[in-house]
This record gives sequence, C-alpha cells and structure tokens, in this order.
Amino acid sequence: MYALEMKRITKDYYGNRVLKGVDIRVKPGEIHALLGENGAGKSTLMNILFGMPVIHHTGGFEGEVLIEGKPVAIKSPFEAMNSGIGMVHQEFMLIPGFSITENIKLNREIKRPNVISKAFKNDSLDFLDFKEMKKDARAAMDTLGLDIDEWAMVSGLPVGHMQFVEIAREIDKKGIKLLVFDEPTAVLTESEAQNLLAAMQRLAAKGIGILFITHRLDEVMQVANEVTILRDGELVANKQIKDTSIIEIAELMVGRKIDLKRKDTKGKENDEIVLSIKDMHVKMPGEEVKGASLEIKRGEILGIGGLAGQGKIGIANGIMGLYASRGEVVYEGKAYKLNDPVYALSNGLSFVSEDRRGVGLLLDTSIEDNIVVTAMHIQNQFLNFGIKQSKKIKAHAQKMIADFDIRCTGPVQITRRLSGGNQQKVCVARALTMNPNILFVSEPTRGIDIGAKKLVLDTLVKLNEEMGMTIVMTSSELAELRTICDRIAIVCEGRIEGVLQPEDSDADFGLMMSGDYHKVKHGRGGIA
Amino acid sequence: MEQIAVKPNGEKLTLKMRFREWFIENIVMIIFLSICIAGIIIADQPAYFLITQLLERISRNTFLVLALIIPVVAGMGLNFSIIIGAMAGQIAVIIAKNFNIGGLPGITLVMVLCVPLSILFGIMIGRLLNKTRGQEMIASMIVGFFANGLYQFLFLFLVGLVIPIANKDILLQSGIGLRNSVDMAGVIQANADGLTTDGLKYAIDGIWKMRIFNMVFFYGIMMLAFNSIMLLRKQIVSKIAIKSGSVLSLILEPAEPKADRAYRIRLIGYGILTAVAFAIHYLGMGSTELKMISTIKFPMVTGLLIALLALFNVVIQKTKLGQDFRSVGQDQHVSKVSGIDVDKVRVIAITLSTILAAWGQVIMLQNVGVLNTFGSHMQIGMFSVAALLVGGASVTRATNAQAFIGVILFHTLFIVSPTAGKTLFGDPQIGEFFRAFVAYGVIGLSLGLYAWKRAMGKAT
Repeated sequence: MYALEMKRITKDYYGNRVLKGVDIRVKPGEIHALLGENGAGKSTLMNILFGMPVIHHTGGFEGEVLIEGKPVAIKSPFEAMNSGIGMVHQEFMLIPGFSITENIKLNREIKRPNVISKAFKNDSLDFLDFKEMKKDARAAMDTLGLDIDEWAMVSGLPVGHMQFVEIAREIDKKGIKLLVFDEPTAVLTESEAQNLLAAMQRLAAKGIGILFITHRLDEVMQVANEVTILRDGELVANKQIKDTSIIEIAELMVGRKIDLKRKDTKGKENDEIVLSIKDMHVKMPGEEVKGASLEIKRGEILGIGGLAGQGKIGIANGIMGLYASRGEVVYEGKAYKLNDPVYALSNGLSFVSEDRRGVGLLLDTSIEDNIVVTAMHIQNQFLNFGIKQSKKIKAHAQKMIADFDIRCTGPVQITRRLSGGNQQKVCVARALTMNPNILFVSEPTRGIDIGAKKLVLDTLVKLNEEMGMTIVMTSSELAELRTICDRIAIVCEGRIEGVLQPEDSDADFGLMMSGDYHKVKHGRGGIA
Repeated sequence: MEQIAVKPNGEKLTLKMRFREWFIENIVMIIFLSICIAGIIIADQPAYFLITQLLERISRNTFLVLALIIPVVAGMGLNFSIIIGAMAGQIAVIIAKNFNIGGLPGITLVMVLCVPLSILFGIMIGRLLNKTRGQEMIASMIVGFFANGLYQFLFLFLVGLVIPIANKDILLQSGIGLRNSVDMAGVIQANADGLTTDGLKYAIDGIWKMRIFNMVFFYGIMMLAFNSIMLLRKQIVSKIAIKSGSVLSLILEPAEPKADRAYRIRLIGYGILTAVAFAIHYLGMGSTELKMISTIKFPMVTGLLIALLALFNVVIQKTKLGQDFRSVGQDQHVSKVSGIDVDKVRVIAITLSTILAAWGQVIMLQNVGVLNTFGSHMQIGMFSVAALLVGGASVTRATNAQAFIGVILFHTLFIVSPTAGKTLFGDPQIGEFFRAFVAYGVIGLSLGLYAWKRAMGKAT
C-alpha cells in the first residue's frame, strides 16, 4: 500500500493546461524525490495535494488522490493536516515572535476547559496548557536531535534551526503519514543541509513517507529511494535511484543536453588591477567582513566563494555602499569613496544583489521600469528634460527580454509575477543597462532551475568574453564558480583565506573554506 | 544521535547598550514625562487639586484606553473606531433616558443594551477592516466619521419624526431631533456619593466610594497576600493536588516563573506602602495638606471594573482565543496556513473592543453627568489612542501597564497645561492650544518613531 497516490492529475488554469495526467506514488518509509524545472508543475501538484484555495477558485482539478489507499477530497490546508499530510515550506511558516513550543503547537494548542468556557460551551475560551505543550515540543525536538530550550524565541534562531522547528511541528501532528519537503536545503549551509538530510532519513525509518522537492541533484542521489520527474506538466520518468545516475536525472529534467563545461581561459593574461581592496570591514549582519584584502584584474571573472555566514556576501555589498564599511579601496588608480551607493553606481560599478526580492527588484513595478530605473536615475538615460522616453524604454526592454529570453507576457508585466529565474534575468538586464565597468553579481543562481541557471552563467561568460567586462561573482555553489571563473577567492571568517585557480584540487578548496588551508600547507597561521 | 546545541541570542549586551535600547523603546513616554514634570512645576497647583482631578479622570477614561489593547494584540493597530462603540453606549443611555429609568436598574439596563448594539456594529466594522487589510487604522478612523454621519441623521432627524420619543425633555423644542446636551442627573438624592434612584449620573461611581489611603491600605494587604502565596507556591503545590491547566495552576505554576527575589522585593515594597497608608488613614499622621488629600474618595466599583478589564486583557491571552489573537497579530499568512480562521478572529477582536468601548463610554458619561449628544463620542477615539501611545505602546504592542501610565501622564498634562500656559504666557488659552497640539503631536510622533524603528530593524 502507498502512503500517497495521486492518479492522472490534470489541471487547467484559464485554459492553460499546467498538469497533464500526472501520477505519483509514495511508499511509507520511502524518500521520494520530485524533480522538475520551475514551471514544470511541482507547485501546482502540491497545491492540489494541500487543497489550496487557488485550486478551487480556478475550477478544481481532475484525477484522484488516495491516502493509504483511501480516496480523499482535500478542500483546505487544514483538512490536509487532518488527513495526515504535512509540509515543510521553503519560506518558513513560523511566527518569529513566538517561542519554539508555541510555533510547534500553532493552532493545535493543548486546551483545558475552565468554568467560563464550560458555561459558554465554547472551547476557544479554554486555557492553554503550556506544560503539556512543552512536553510534546520536547518529544518532537528530541526525535530530530534538536537541543534548544523549548521557550527560545524563533526570531533569534539560525535558519537551519528554524527549519527543524518547522519539521518538529509536522511530526508532532498525530498520525502523520506523508511529509512534503519543499526545497528544504535552499537556505541552508552545507553542514546544516547534511543535518537535515540525516533527519529526513531518520523520519523515513519511522515509516513516514517523504516527498522531497529539490533542485540539488546530489542530495537526491544521497538520500532518495525513488525519483519522479516532471517537465512542462507531464510525467517524464519514475525511477529507482539505484537504477539511474545524476547525469540521467539532470538530462531528463532539462530535456536538452546540459553544457556546463569549463570555458577556455587561455590568452587572457592581463595583470592590470582595476580595483584593489585593502583591509576592508563591512558591517553586514550575518555576513560581516573583517579585514579582507583583494585585487580585481581588468577583464577577468573573479569568483568569491566560501561557506554561508563567513562574509563572502558582504564584500560586494560593502563596495556598493549598501552596508557601513571602511577600508582602503583604490579604483582605476584613484581612491574610492565607500558608503555611497550613488558614487559607486556613477563610477561604473553595477550590482546584481543576492536579495532579489528585497533589494534587487521593485516587485510591483513593470519589467521595463525595473530594467531602466537605475540608469535613468544615475545616468539620466532614457530621459528628455526629466521626462521618461517611453518608446525608447520599451524598445530597450524588448531587446533585453529577447536577449535574455525573459519569459513574460510583455515589458509591462510586474516582476512579482515572474519566476525566480526570470526575475534574476531582469536584475542582470538592469545592471547591464548601466554599461558597467565592473559587474558584481551575488548568488545569481540561488533558487532558480537548471535551465535558467545555465542561461545566467552563459550570459556572464558572454559579457566577459565579448565585451571584456570585469565580473565579480559571489556564489555559494563552488561548482558554478569553478565552471566560469578565472580565479576564485575563498572567504573565511570575514577575511580572504586565499585565491585559487578553478582547476586546483577539491581538497584545496575544502581546506580553504574551512580555514585550514594554511595550517595544513604551511603548518602555521593563515596569511591572507 | 547527533545533538545540535546552540544558545539563541547568546550575545551579551552591555549596560550602556541596554539603557540605550530602553531609552529608544520608551522615548515617547520619557518626553511626555518630562513635559508633565515641567508642567507641574510651572503650574504650581495645590497637590489636592491635582490629585482630585487626576483620580476623577483616571476613573473616567482608563476603561476606554484598555478597550484598545485587544485589537493591537490581534495586529489590527490602534482601533480608532472605538467611537462607534461609544455611540452604541450613548444610544443605550438615550434609550434609558427616554424611559426615564435611572439609578442601578437604569445603568444595568444601559450596560445590557450596549451589548447587542456593539456586537452588531463590531461585526460590521470587523468585516470592513478585513477588506481593508493593512490599512486598518485609517479605515477605522474614517468609518468612525461615517458612522457619526449616520448617528447625526438618527438623532437630528429621525428621532421625534419617525421614532416616537416618550421623554419630551430630551427633544428639541421643534419636537424633531435631540437636544445638544442631555442631563443625566437625577433629582432624588439617595446617598452621600451622589447616587440617585432616578438619574444615571454617578450610577456607578456613587455605589461605593472609599477614601484613597484606606483603599491603598487594602490594596497593599491584598498584594502582600498574593506575593506571599507566590513565594510559598512550591510548598502549596506539593501539599494540594492541582489540575494541570486549571486557573490555579496557571497562577501557581507559570511557564516562566519569576525569581523568588522579585517576590521578596515586592513584599518589602508593598509592606512599606501598606504601613504608610495605615499611618495616614488610621493614625492621622502627616501634614495638613496630606490630611486634606486623604479625604479624597475614589469610586470603588468603577475601579473594580477597570481592574476586571485589565485582568480580562491578561487572562484572555492565556486562552485559545487569545493565542489566536497573538498568532494572527504576528503573521496572518502563517496563521491562515495553520488553519486559523483569520477573518473570524479579527472580527471577534474588533467586536470585543467595540463592546468594551461602549461600556467605557457609559462609565465616562455617568461620571460627567451630561451627555453631549453630538460631541461626547467624537474625541474619545483620538484621545484614548493618544493616551495609550503616551504610555509607550506602539501599533503592534500594547499592555495594561502602558495604558495605565499613559492615562496618568496624558491627563496630568491636561490638568496642568492651562495654568502652566497662564503662568508662562499670561493666557490659559495657550495652554489649551498646547494640549490639543500635544495630543495630535504624540500620535504623529509615535507612528513616526514606529516606522523609523521598523526601518532600523530591517537594516540591522
């Protein structure tokens, strides 16, 4: 018997068929990976499973959902919960101002009747039994190996722990049969991700079926038993992990050959330094830089790598003046003014932020305005005596949409409605509209699917090769850095641990990221 | 099994940083306190006058301010629409006045009549605010103005013309529309504290009054008893079986108990307070001015109602409903996904606030003694909100203590400012202008600071 069976699921949104007869079966105690690019239909499938209102408002769906062999008709997330299915969301469904216990027991609080609630026959006037709630919370946290105080505020916890709180809430639900993990490792550091995968395996061993949505194939290979792959709303493959390989999965997902080969860096011997940073400190919370020194050469793609929280993100943010910083910076032979975003932008530095939705985009503004806004403001481009040149803007936006293959309904669509990958393309398009001398790109591929990822990376390489643009790319994905960068600086504890060539050994990278490189190589403390 | 051990917020704050944080957190309250102290010194009024006035205003107004807390907890901001609750209270007063029912039966009738009216109004306001999510405060303010239009239509036009009125005294001479001011005082004097059998004036205040130091004395005794019990709670819990989750258990076994030291310090404090009150009231010690002050009486039933509401605000947060208020207040989306009926919870919060506001308005009116038919309700929204903000509350956080501090500070300013204005500028009118300016200014300042703090919070 299966923990979950979804049979021949078909769904239209306003005549647009997004799921075409998809089947998926999850056995109890199995980790079942669900893969697919953005727009493949994963979210719609989950919305159907959880009875989200958006499904019913758009005319329901066709097909059958069975839980432990019994057909169910789930009409709301609350009913889903009662049927024994739970979800660990990509964006945390936690209340930051509440304690861990209160979050675990959210809307499932343990109640004790009192005189008044009995008199009114209304259980919402029952008192809460915090002691019992705490016991349950403890039990759930122990299952996951989470050793924190039950009354700790969620707002003070590291991201990895928040995720565990979310999982603790799901397993605290009685009779949980199926747990859906939606991109659970996207926001985690590598070691946190490993903890999470271990916890998933522990849960599966208890007989819970796990549906694992992710775009990290190595994790699938590591923990999943079976994989279902969707593409464009269709079921492409259902395979046992032991019968397949990472390359086959990736191919099935994308449906075209992936070509992320190391580019040729030869013939680019240029030692002219365009930007030099000495002893830079950046006060960026969670990504503090504490005395980094780095030189950027003209015409190169420089990678900045390192573990999360070590400060790699802080460097570009500091240069661009987004966080308070100090240090000695020389740009094109002249002293560079820090803490001034306008200065940075007017002097030919452009930035694609890692915080796409927060800093990177005006979410409720059109694509075309997003693309031109910085250039308009800083360089007075697209302006005639202070008035917007709508035609020129539209033409430029259409060119960018075509160049980057931005999937949208047109230049006036608001960016909130775009997928992550397309939003990223808009960010890059805006940075390029500035004709930058140096382009800073932070986490350009975070949370976007393989196809879009490749396009973004190819674009960076193309800009570098054809226009000779200097690019500084910060990324958590080392493989990506090693694919396109000329040199890679590794940040550890707020300083540059060292600079490596892409073809240096995995061991060197590993040692540098953990800050042990110089200890091992030279038997003494680090030199930056 | 691998264990992950992390102490959240393990970062230590220095004393200076903590003071700075406290200062920024309470800046509105501190500014107001300074203005009040300066005003008291400049006005130089006798303490007897100041205290009489202050106690009267506290008993009049605190209930209304406390009525604002639940919507804040439920994330709906400052509920300016309490003026609609106040209208419900006034409608009830007019009905009682029409049938000429006064005294205790009259006030009971008024309090009961308030409830269905406020529930009806509250549900309508709640539904509106659910449609104007994110703009609750401005929506509640505007709906108040709109309701005032309907209210005027009812009492200026329909009353006497369509709705028959038995008591012609409250009608205008033309027979259509209510008089501008309706006298609530009775004629038959019933007791020394002003309670009559035929009027609504002092119908609550007059039931039982107590001289203030006697009241402080009894309050001190009660607090001494409570803190002793809390100190001995472990022994008590071990002796008698307490049902988990019961009221007793909530009090005696709090989830996060205070240290014994806190209870000991309180015992000493209340001990001193009780002794001083005893010496002044029963032994007649102290200066002549103090003796004069000790003749001031406080309306005990009104005080009790205020205390009950304060208790209600605390107890409700220990219930499932209260937890829902807090959840919805913190994050509507997460609450909804967790299966909480967010809209319903918000409607309940506003409805409760509206009922309480209606009662609060009745408490105020019975003290004032005159119903200013078209004006009494209009200012209470702004003034109650201002008082709460003065106490250090914000759009997202409000407590009983902030309400009490706010009422005291706000009304102190109101009492001293005319005299202070006269001393400084030779014109009491300037003092009056000043206090109106301050009332609106403080709302602006609080909202501005709140936005600023939130922006700061985002940046760091």
